[in-house]
Amino acid sequence: MTTAERAGTAATVDTPVLAVRDLSVSFPTETGTVSAVDAVSLDLAPGEIVGMVGESGCGKSVTAMSIAGLLPGSARVSGSVRLNGTELVGSRESALRRVRGKEIAYIFQEPMTSLNPVLTVGRQIGEVLQIHERMSRRAARARAVELLTLVGIPSAARRVDNYPHQLSGGMRQRVMIAMAVACGPKVLVADEPTTALDVTVQAGILQVLRDLRDRLGTSILIITHDLGVIADIADRVVVMYAGRVVERAPVTDLFAHPYHRYTAGLLSASPTPGRHAGTDRLQEIPGLVPVLSTQPDACTFADRCPAADSRCRDSAPPLEVVGAGTTDHLAACWHPCPSPRSPIEEVNR
Amino acid sequence: MARYLLTRAWQSALTLLLSTIVVFFGVRALPGDPALALAGEDRSPEALEAIRRHYGLDQPLPVQFAQYVERMAQGDFGVSIRTGTPVSSMLTTALPVTVELAVLAILLATALGVGAGVLAAVRRGRPAEWVANGLALIGLSVPHFWLGLLAILYLSVATGLFPASGFVPILENPVDNLHHIVLPAVILGTGLAAIIMRQTRSAMLDSLSSDYVRTAKAKGLRPRAVITQHALRNSLIVVVTVVGLQLGGLISGAVVTEQIFGLPGFGKMTIDAVFQRDYPVIQAVVLLTATAYIVINFFVDLLYSVIDPRIRVTGDPA
Repeated sequence: MTTAERAGTAATVDTPVLAVRDLSVSFPTETGTVSAVDAVSLDLAPGEIVGMVGESGCGKSVTAMSIAGLLPGSARVSGSVRLNGTELVGSRESALRRVRGKEIAYIFQEPMTSLNPVLTVGRQIGEVLQIHERMSRRAARARAVELLTLVGIPSAARRVDNYPHQLSGGMRQRVMIAMAVACGPKVLVADEPTTALDVTVQAGILQVLRDLRDRLGTSILIITHDLGVIADIADRVVVMYAGRVVERAPVTDLFAHPYHRYTAGLLSASPTPGRHAGTDRLQEIPGLVPVLSTQPDACTFADRCPAADSRCRDSAPPLEVVGAGTTDHLAACWHPCPSPRSPIEEVNR
Repeated sequence: MARYLLTRAWQSALTLLLSTIVVFFGVRALPGDPALALAGEDRSPEALEAIRRHYGLDQPLPVQFAQYVERMAQGDFGVSIRTGTPVSSMLTTALPVTVELAVLAILLATALGVGAGVLAAVRRGRPAEWVANGLALIGLSVPHFWLGLLAILYLSVATGLFPASGFVPILENPVDNLHHIVLPAVILGTGLAAIIMRQTRSAMLDSLSSDYVRTAKAKGLRPRAVITQHALRNSLIVVVTVVGLQLGGLISGAVVTEQIFGLPGFGKMTIDAVFQRDYPVIQAVVLLTATAYIVINFFVDLLYSVIDPRIRVTGDPA
């Protein structure tokens, strides 16, 4: 599938499998309440891969964990997360347990620490099948071998009895994926699935995820700070900054024309062959990510934005449709970039 | 594995030899003379000389040591200077008492310590944790012998719930046997339970905040399964280590506990032997204790690799 086609499928958003509306998460701390996620909304269509991108601490992972209610008890979650129409926010733990691992599955960043070191990988994969599919231990083990084959682990029949430390990083992440897709979940949340891996291994893991989407029709929410991963795999992109969604668009649109100044800055900070060759240097975004608890009623990016004015500091811009001839490119910016050129270069000029 | 066993056997033999030497010369360096203890009223030089000759105590020390090692190698522990009975038959009556006491104490301490440790970790910051921490502090700071005396005072003398002293062999009457040994075992196990509780708690807090526990929760496991199958399994290595390390303390604790509760075990036998300068008995007791320590630590090491597959037993020094 070409990128253009991917963008095309994303445009026809039918009933979403997962619909997140105005999701907010805050944590009480000794110095007051810290807001980690502020009114995040996003949809995940069947078989769609949505990338969520942003800097460390922008609330990506908290958003991901809150989808299946996996945050610690101290977290205050509001808003709505609907899985095929069923509300998950505020539902009972027992109901959420039936969803976790079966309807919504997770893959985490660090496959070494995310797998239990004292249990065989077969046992860890089989465990999901035993609880959700009521399989016997023997049947679950047999299915684990099939799943390991599915995610591309050679001689799976032997590997199934291995412990995590006996596998390479890439294989461990494949085990995590096998575990996640064991019950054929509708939604797969992959939180930085390739960050801890070598670049060559990364490509393999992304290919496995793509295959699973194509074969099983799983919708995938992939969280990363790596725009290369987004460009490689995502149909649509959600850009987060300081707990808020600042831009949402089909992947080709976003890379072709970022409207939000933060997105544009993010793109200028990533190396692109050709563009920065020669004299051009990579652009960094000046300043630091704001402390989340001090979020003012303003654009959170205002302090680092080259185009910010008094309006940006007085009121928070809403997430609105930007650009002509499209309805699914949204940005929350009072002064969206007029042209696909780097906004920082432009202002400096 | 074969190489590991060989290394281990060699180290064990060396340890045993060293402890034999230390104890042999150590007891003889103590002030006091077994001949004097045995002679009783008749302390004429002739009588003392006869006793010394009879037990070979008139020989130079190196000769005595050589004779001792020679007899040991043939499995002969010698004869008690005090009672005249063979040391081996004394051991066969005393050893089961101590083994039962120690095993029961370890079992009780482990069950209590692991249970309370898990509870304290899971209910962190809530009353259950404070209670567990408080009990552990008491268990660690109050000496056995005092706790034992209190138990006798309140649970035996005042209420008659447990016998204050004495012992019934397990083969004779298992119920009576348990009735006699349970209180000493609890007292002996308190310190160990407290240490196990604290170690389990901190290990559990570590594993409960680990990534693999997050994975287990994301799989939809019940909290109970998350705790027992994922978090606890990873914390057990700590428990095994603690039990292994505390074994020495447990043995010396058993000596005191047996004395307080009048149990005819190893500990009581040791104390009597030391007071009477009963050299053959002291030597046999120390050697046996050292052997037990070595054997149990060997099993602890093997257990590590069963619990944690990352620990592989090899003979390689690295």
